[in-house]
Amino acid sequence: MEKKKELTVSAIENGTVIDHIPADKVFQVVKILGLDRVSTPVYFGINVESKKYGTKGFIKASNKYFETEDVNKIALVAPTASIIEIKDFEVVNKQTVTIPDSIEHIVKCFNPNCVTNKEHDVPTKFTVIKDAQGNIKLHCHYCEKNTTQDKLEFI
Amino acid sequence: MSISLKNRSLISISDYTPEEICHVLDIAEDFEKNPHQNLLNGRIIASLFFEPSTRTRLSFETAIQLLGGNVIGFSSTAGTSIQKGESLADTITMVASYADLIVMRNPIEGSARFASEVSKVPVINAGDGANQHPTQCMLDLYSIRKTQGTLENLEITLVGDLKYGRTVHSLVEAMCHFNAKFNLVSPVELKLPSVVKQHIKDRNLEYHQYTELEDAIPHSDIIYMTRIQRERFPDPCFATPCWRTPSPTAVCCTRCRASTRSTWTSMPTRRLITSSRHKTASTPVKL
Repeated sequence: MEKKKELTVSAIENGTVIDHIPADKVFQVVKILGLDRVSTPVYFGINVESKKYGTKGFIKASNKYFETEDVNKIALVAPTASIIEIKDFEVVNKQTVTIPDSIEHIVKCFNPNCVTNKEHDVPTKFTVIKDAQGNIKLHCHYCEKNTTQDKLEFI
Repeated sequence: MSISLKNRSLISISDYTPEEICHVLDIAEDFEKNPHQNLLNGRIIASLFFEPSTRTRLSFETAIQLLGGNVIGFSSTAGTSIQKGESLADTITMVASYADLIVMRNPIEGSARFASEVSKVPVINAGDGANQHPTQCMLDLYSIRKTQGTLENLEITLVGDLKYGRTVHSLVEAMCHFNAKFNLVSPVELKLPSVVKQHIKDRNLEYHQYTELEDAIPHSDIIYMTRIQRERFPDPCFATPCWRTPSPTAVCCTRCRASTRSTWTSMPTRRLITSSRHKTASTPVKL
């Protein structure tokens, strides 16, 4: 008998599915995108079997679409994630997130003495540095310090 | 190829290419031969020092006066609108409407870069917290080139507080342009930050770390001493190192202040090369 591919969480009529999130990053993605504060239905799964990654997490956000800036936020903690836009139960757009070369506005510089943390209205600006192991560091345009992944804090 | 630095800010030494750095050093050499040039006649230079400084501020202000310019500004934030909560952006925008150039020292890291982005006139960074001090770096490079005859292929030993010393970070970045080899001598707690070491690695250059100076001295072309950045490090205890005779051509650039200067012994061939920390004939080169 053919194995059903259907997920245990029902399909959404309109909205966005974020798939292939590292299993331990789902709650972080929920928080980053502010999905813990929306009034529309949000479904999520963790430790779901994945052929590609072993386990994965996913989020289905009804009636919610993301701007490029939001997608960038996802890429920083879940670089393997794919964003699937749904309209009338049909996939209308699917893209894999890519880590941008630069990040503006959305992440705090970890350096408490950086001008972006000391002065009002100085937006953060980083160059993304990716090493051979795939680790990401954000090089601050202003204070020239590197914010590592474990110190990422979103604005 | 002609190099023009007109209207360029100097925020970080990495903003300048090796060719531009050498161009500045060439100009500095001319200034040293002929320091009294009236190039800033009729110009107003703002000297904005948000934190204490003696040598850097007086070096700049002396240089401006020698070149015929006028200085406005402040040496502390006391008595300024900053005390009333004025933002850096507002201060810089206002000053830029009066001055032709802004020289700024500020304890906030990245403040100089931000100032250069909101200012309509060029900004020279005279130190932004523990981040950068590019004009000191220019003068260090000038001293090195003057004594060694070249900046290329030198072995430089950096001693002291390599963690918080912003001039060390700038100098490492600059010397990476010139195929330098680095000896890093510091207490374990004050080692060079990994981000700066990565800069050396990225250029496939060599560095060695030591906790004792005597291993590095014999093969050093330059020994660069820094003081403990007491204002940033809660435990200033630092043992005076023992010294052995360095290479006959070794030159020492010291930035130590008198009270913290390490003891010198058995270095008969040494020559002390002063930096902007000491008043010298080269003061006007600190542009």
